[in-house]
Amino acid sequence: MKIDHSVPMEYSTDENKMKILGFWIFLGAEIALFSTLFAVYFTLQGNTKVGPTSADLFHLTPVMIETILLLSSSFTIGLGIHAMRLGLKKPMMTFFGITLALGAAFLGVEVYEFVTYVGEGATIQTSGFLSALFTLLGTHGLHVTFGLLWGGAILLQIKKRGFTPETTNKSFIFSLYWHFLDVVWIFIFSFVYLKGLM
Amino acid sequence: MKWDEFFVTGEPMIYAAMVSIVVVSLAIPIALTYFKKWNWLWTNWLTTVDHKKIGVMYILAALLMLFRGGVDAILMRAQTAVPDNGLLDGQHYNEIFTTHGVVMILFMAMPFIIGLMNVVIPLQIGARDVAFPRLNAVSFWLFFSGAMLFNISFVIGGSPDAGWSAYFPLASLEFSPTVGNNYYAIALQIAGIGTLLTGINFLVTILKMRAPGMTLMKMPMFTWSVLITNVIIVFAFPVLTVALALMTLDRQFGTQFFAMQSGGMDMLWANLFWVWGHPEVYIVILPAFGIYSEIISTFARKNLYGYKSMVVSMVAISLLSFVVWAHHFYTMGHGVMVNSVFSITTMAIAIPTGVKIFNWLFTLRKGKISFTTPMLYSLAFIPIFTIGGVTGVMLAMASADYQYHNTMFLVAHFHYVLIPGTVFAVIAGFHFWFPKVFGFMLNEKLGKLSFWFIAISFNVTFFPLFILGLNGMTRRMYTYSESTGYGPLNMLSMVGAVGLTIGFIILVYNIYWSVRYSPRNIKSDPWDARSLEWSTHSPVPEYNFALIPTVNRLDAHWFAKKEGKPLATGKYEPIHMPNNSGLPIIMGAAFFFWGFFMVFSWWIPAIVFGVVILGTLAYRTFEKDHGHYISVEEIERTEKALRGEQHEN
Ligand code: HEM
Ligand SMILES: [Cu+2]
Repeated sequence: MKIDHSVPMEYSTDENKMKILGFWIFLGAEIALFSTLFAVYFTLQGNTKVGPTSADLFHLTPVMIETILLLSSSFTIGLGIHAMRLGLKKPMMTFFGITLALGAAFLGVEVYEFVTYVGEGATIQTSGFLSALFTLLGTHGLHVTFGLLWGGAILLQIKKRGFTPETTNKSFIFSLYWHFLDVVWIFIFSFVYLKGLM
Repeated sequence: MKWDEFFVTGEPMIYAAMVSIVVVSLAIPIALTYFKKWNWLWTNWLTTVDHKKIGVMYILAALLMLFRGGVDAILMRAQTAVPDNGLLDGQHYNEIFTTHGVVMILFMAMPFIIGLMNVVIPLQIGARDVAFPRLNAVSFWLFFSGAMLFNISFVIGGSPDAGWSAYFPLASLEFSPTVGNNYYAIALQIAGIGTLLTGINFLVTILKMRAPGMTLMKMPMFTWSVLITNVIIVFAFPVLTVALALMTLDRQFGTQFFAMQSGGMDMLWANLFWVWGHPEVYIVILPAFGIYSEIISTFARKNLYGYKSMVVSMVAISLLSFVVWAHHFYTMGHGVMVNSVFSITTMAIAIPTGVKIFNWLFTLRKGKISFTTPMLYSLAFIPIFTIGGVTGVMLAMASADYQYHNTMFLVAHFHYVLIPGTVFAVIAGFHFWFPKVFGFMLNEKLGKLSFWFIAISFNVTFFPLFILGLNGMTRRMYTYSESTGYGPLNMLSMVGAVGLTIGFIILVYNIYWSVRYSPRNIKSDPWDARSLEWSTHSPVPEYNFALIPTVNRLDAHWFAKKEGKPLATGKYEPIHMPNNSGLPIIMGAAFFFWGFFMVFSWWIPAIVFGVVILGTLAYRTFEKDHGHYISVEEIERTEKALRGEQHEN
């Protein structure tokens, strides 16, 4: 296998380049997926029937906390990739670890939110609006959950195998995924929560 | 759920099917054990990551599904052949047109196309495999487990019965209380993920792995069509993923997406379904256009007329395909404005399609045409497909559609585009590329005989349906009274369906005959064709090309033959190849069982198999697998054998 040392290690083989391109295309598909979920949400947003409306339900504080957690995790994973490019294993692992911890905290707050909603009688079965809301948020949350498992597996591999064309490639692709989840969250924050609070 | 509900009971036909399923599923392992073929099957096929073998498995599965969908079709035609027929009851008829539609489109047409894509694309661009061979095997096994899951529904639990479009509220728990539509949602979900992965895989393959010198505008037309098709797949399939997930949530988790009384919207389903569904029909037609382009220019012995306009019109079709979906429900109450807009976008598709038709005609003009089996299908395609296209424009006119909507006219229309469009194309491609994969040709006499049966019977089967539709016979109607006067034309259509069946039987017999008797000493390029796949041996060695060809123009292989200059020179080097893996089939099996338990809402085992699926992913990420090298000596040996064999015989 030819290794090209003039580019960052995650790009250094043909296979690596193809994997990165393939993942970008996958993210294109993910954009289509979330766009569809947003479209469903906007369609059903006003259909609250007997259930609560978004203004009844949403509170800014937990949502702000979630946003801050996820945005900073996107920043720390960026630092992690930077450390990886410099060949610094320990700092890279630390930043990845922090990222995953922030992701887990985000999930914790989201679960707490869901429990609160359900406590207020707003379940996924209550109305068209709530079905769409829980499905959109839940899909994002499931992506974060999967990311925690995936990121954990990558951390273990970095720990055992160090930086190789494969492990750096995986870490880089994972960082793309994580940034993407952040972007989706920004849309959720703006167009679901902020708009819903208004 | 009680056991007598678990198995479908009380129908002689179903019992017969059960018996045959049991017999077949016992016969296969017994035969494999008796002939000591388990090992061969496992190492050569089930664990393979070779794109050619995966392609062959796709095509075999598609032929199997063609049989299944064809049996459904014959049953429907038999039921409606005479008035007041009692062969099938209403429920049974509903299930059969639903499974027929789903199987034909998702488990026959698409996999057949994807199979040909697998076999041909890497060869046509001068590559040794696809970008992600392991992922390619995963795609296949996901498709296969989805297909199997869907097919067991008619003996276990009951088939879906709300049409292939599964409109709500008909497909809701309230009106379709059996597990049938759960099967629909889960099986298509699994197969759909496989298709999405195929889309990503082939995009990267075509974008990154072309032979040196092959710029985008020097790619063969089939490769172009597949590139564009895969872009559509990547953006359309996620919509299906969401739609099916919402269906599962509504039916099994009590959500309110499509139920009107609690703030859902039934038309939301129709919109989501067709936002995927219309691009889907282009997913099965664009590669067909690519196949015809290859075959027509090969057998007219001319380069393809209007290459650039072909590419531009395919791009235009792919964009338009995303903005026409509402033409499927003009009559369902959106306003004049919406109907007008969608009417115009729909008719606009006729323009790029027309451009392509004229390009093929101009390619034929003054060509030295050889009437081989693939060419016959391609020539028949042009006029028959045009009838389908013209009736499509009729249906596109929103106001006129109030007359045709949901009648047999529509059924005739879409079979007129799907069969000459997709089915003729995959059969033509099958005959055309068969010698490349297997090293011998299908018999031309039998091929032509089956062509004439299929082409003529097709028209006898479906032309009467145009008239029946205009006379007012609605689709999905399980019977009618004699006074409607629909009887004679339906009988005629039945006669045609029998002819079609004979045609397909001859086709299958041809495969059998050719395997036994066809001469094996064909050269690498039996059709005297134009693109790179014909520059390597037939059958193709595992590594495709001992030396990667260099390309400087379109149809480089053709000009290399003319000028007597080889496309590839240099010394052999060790070739890196991926290793086989059992993981994809295990993953497919895990998805199958996960899906099965999901269908029946048996959550504990479903969760267990969900964890197994995650486990396979975890295994994959920790696995170290760097493939293997084929040594120079082995390449020399293989090449010599492939050349030598052709001399000896
Ligand atoms: C081989 C010969 C075929 C015959 C004789 C046949 C016949 C039929 C018949 C009788 C119907 C139902 C009409 C009704 O009562 O509404 C039907 C529906 C349908 N067919 Fe075919 N068909 C054939 C091949 C195909 C192929 C190759 C495809 C797709 C690639 C296809 C796709 C469909 C679809 C999507 C429906 C609509 C199902 C629904 O209403 O939900 N058919 N066909
Ligand atoms: Cu359409």
